Amino acid sequence: MDKGKHQTGRFSTSPRHTGTLPAFTLPRRTFLQVLGSGILITVTDPLALTQLAGATLPVAARIHLNEDGTITAMSGKVEEGQGPRAELSQAAAEELRVPVSQVRLIMADTDVVPDDGITAGSRTTPRNVPEMRQAAATARELLTQLAAAQWKIDVRTLEVSDGRIRNPANGQVMTYVDLAKSKDLAKRFAENTQSDVAVAPVAEWKVLGQSVRRPNSRDLVTGGHRFPSDIVRPDMLYGMVLRAPSYGTTLASIDLSAAEAMEDVVVVRDGQFVGFAAPSTHWAEQALEAAAKTASWRTEPQPVSNSTLHAHLKEHANTERARTDVKGSVERGFSEGNQVVSATYTLAYIQHAPMEPRAAVAEWSGEKLTVWAGCDNPFRARRTLAEEFSIDTEQVRVIIPDMGGGFGGKHTVEAGLEAARMAKRAGRPVWVRWTREEEFTWAYFRPAAVIECKGGLRTDGSLTAWEFTNINAGGSAIETPYEIPNTRIASVSSDSPLRQGSYRCLGATGNNFARESFMDELATAAGSNPLDFRMAHLKNERLRVVLKAATDRFDWSERRKHITPELGVGLACGTEKNSVVAACVSVEINRNRGKIRVLEVCEAFECGPILNPGNLTSQVQGCIIMGLGGALTEEIQFENGKILNPGFSRYRVPRFKDVPKIDVHLINNPDIPAAGAGETPIIAVAPAIGNAIFAATGAHIRSMPIRGDLLKKS
Amino acid sequence: MDVTVRLNVNGVDKTITTDPQRKLLDVIREEFRLTGTKYGCGEGQCGACLVLVNGEPLRSCLSPITVADGKSIMTIEGLARGDSLHAVQEAFLEEEAMQCGYCTSGMILSAVALLRENPNPTDEEIAAGMNGHICRCNGYVKVMNAIRHAANTLRSESHG
Ligand code: FES
Ligand code: FES
Repeated sequence: MDKGKHQTGRFSTSPRHTGTLPAFTLPRRTFLQVLGSGILITVTDPLALTQLAGATLPVAARIHLNEDGTITAMSGKVEEGQGPRAELSQAAAEELRVPVSQVRLIMADTDVVPDDGITAGSRTTPRNVPEMRQAAATARELLTQLAAAQWKIDVRTLEVSDGRIRNPANGQVMTYVDLAKSKDLAKRFAENTQSDVAVAPVAEWKVLGQSVRRPNSRDLVTGGHRFPSDIVRPDMLYGMVLRAPSYGTTLASIDLSAAEAMEDVVVVRDGQFVGFAAPSTHWAEQALEAAAKTASWRTEPQPVSNSTLHAHLKEHANTERARTDVKGSVERGFSEGNQVVSATYTLAYIQHAPMEPRAAVAEWSGEKLTVWAGCDNPFRARRTLAEEFSIDTEQVRVIIPDMGGGFGGKHTVEAGLEAARMAKRAGRPVWVRWTREEEFTWAYFRPAAVIECKGGLRTDGSLTAWEFTNINAGGSAIETPYEIPNTRIASVSSDSPLRQGSYRCLGATGNNFARESFMDELATAAGSNPLDFRMAHLKNERLRVVLKAATDRFDWSERRKHITPELGVGLACGTEKNSVVAACVSVEINRNRGKIRVLEVCEAFECGPILNPGNLTSQVQGCIIMGLGGALTEEIQFENGKILNPGFSRYRVPRFKDVPKIDVHLINNPDIPAAGAGETPIIAVAPAIGNAIFAATGAHIRSMPIRGDLLKKS
Repeated sequence: MDVTVRLNVNGVDKTITTDPQRKLLDVIREEFRLTGTKYGCGEGQCGACLVLVNGEPLRSCLSPITVADGKSIMTIEGLARGDSLHAVQEAFLEEEAMQCGYCTSGMILSAVALLRENPNPTDEEIAAGMNGHICRCNGYVKVMNAIRHAANTLRSESHG
């Protein structure tokens, strides 16, 4: 094959798809620059097929066989510490039957990779890993067929391992390197071959299921990796943006002359946007400060503060537009019972506070815009940028270098837009990285919430009715996993005084906190105990298994006997995104000082077959400790539209000394498809802690964060 | 008025003429193009910007460039000897002690200083020594494992 020339082919993997495949446009120049020469294998995404049968389907180019026999795999997903780089490399390596070191994975470069949507909602494992496996398996099958054709033997007699195709009858071997250079291969790809290739069953996995280390982890310990905020372009300027002093404030006037007079400073004013680009962040900051002094602001009153927040959310609950799910009749259920219990739970706004704040570099070359950004949603970011500057999406290239963790907080591309605005005016690349204070103030928050619960109990201790309403935080994991004949479950929007959006596991954390705390209140009212009461209402077998595993390992029943007012144990469980979790905790309560300390967390988690135990352990440990923050200390304080604690000194996140003894128990379930794991392990933490405090003190814990000071002995 | 500061960065002598208020962090990143040192908070709370100055840990986000005058700075890029990683770097890899890795540079340099001071720390001493570092991926458990691991390696090296 000519050096530098591409061959493309089309290749369907779906048995259901027999029509003509849409033409795959020849790779653009970038493709060639990025991939080098070799053969690009395009495959119709089988999952897209099942979901969109009949529609025009995207053809995804995921596998490129390089001339040296190594593989380049491509994915639109974003690596931010949750582990897709290792997992997707493993997926490709497994099905191509090569060592994982032979796979180079290109992620989240809109000029090169398929549009795999947003990296969120634990979707990479259930959706993109199978897609990658299917694409790789198809490629392997094709290569094997080609070898069989050359040797004129039945393809089924051949063995494939380590990137080599072997004829066991005579020991003849053909490698991917040989095939990558073969002219037949190129021809074969041009044919529209149908294929229905099976992926390797779990029992035969060699690469998947192993603790494969993140492929670029060496660059993380040497400082060699370039995060979005580390991107440097020739002639680049550093940008800073003028921010309003508070929510509800708009710029009335500003005198930019002092900043404009500063050497090498580019000032951009466009309506409310005022940006300053300079050869250093320090100089940009000086320009910003010079101008900010002259700004006058128009203020609209912002009456809601964190102390009136929950009353406000309740008052503005949009009950007419509630999303309600009803089973049986709760009215009947409550009248059948002999006891009705109700409680209201609240959640504060919290911030993701990612260590790497929002960051981007934008570079224009004529009408073409390239943006390197820390953002979970590269293709959406590309559309946003194209719309903003009224250019064709094809003119925008968004690249997401492996970035600092976002935890659901980086779905948007603010820094990219800001950098691009300044870069356009400056005629030079511009870098923007939000300050910690900007990140705490202007990034979206995890929604605050009011959650109302009502339960009806019969004399035999069984639940007859369940009413559950989440105001403002959404419907994730709002359904109860417990068997209750009559339920009414509603998710209601409200008027959020602050900008809000996704967070790790969305509303599931709040919903599970309220539900699981309320279950303990009900268990007590029913004269039962937390474990028996749950088990009596639980049919979900997977959830029963994790609950049993966690309580066994923790020695729950025994340790519950030793609860004192200073030492509580608690448990909670939950299910979301097709995974199940249960946690037991022990908590020390110092009522003199109003202090709560979590001593131990034992968590059992199951998300189907385990793809990478090392990474999964990291995710579960990370969720548990992150969960401690939301449970105990994290809360945005605000008043008059101003965030009062926009820094780590006043917004307390978990640190080394807060880390309890952690026992993670992973349960492998090879019989179901793999589910994502970066989120659900967080949902059992807060309620288990609250329940431990309730067990020790009898105090009802009904807020996140839990207010230790309210437990103080007066 | 700009000042001229002479310093040694990872073994290389450098001279920089700049605003005396400018932070060491920004000079390291923007002038020396050593981007392994990170910004995380700018208020001394997170440790992402930590470098070693004459062997002592320093939060470069708070320090004006003038504090580095005449000193030797080590950033994460200067820790390995050629291709051979420092024992702490090796241990972070072995224990998979990073998720996104953004906090990792500061953590590693801090651990290097910690183990130099105290080659055989207890878990409580490690937690206390590292408490000024925030990891929002909350990978603290594996970082602890890595530091214990590195302590073992370094001790056996010094005995062996
Ligand atoms: S950036 Fe210096 S301590 Fe956080
Ligand atoms: S590994 Fe992501 S912040 Fe520490």
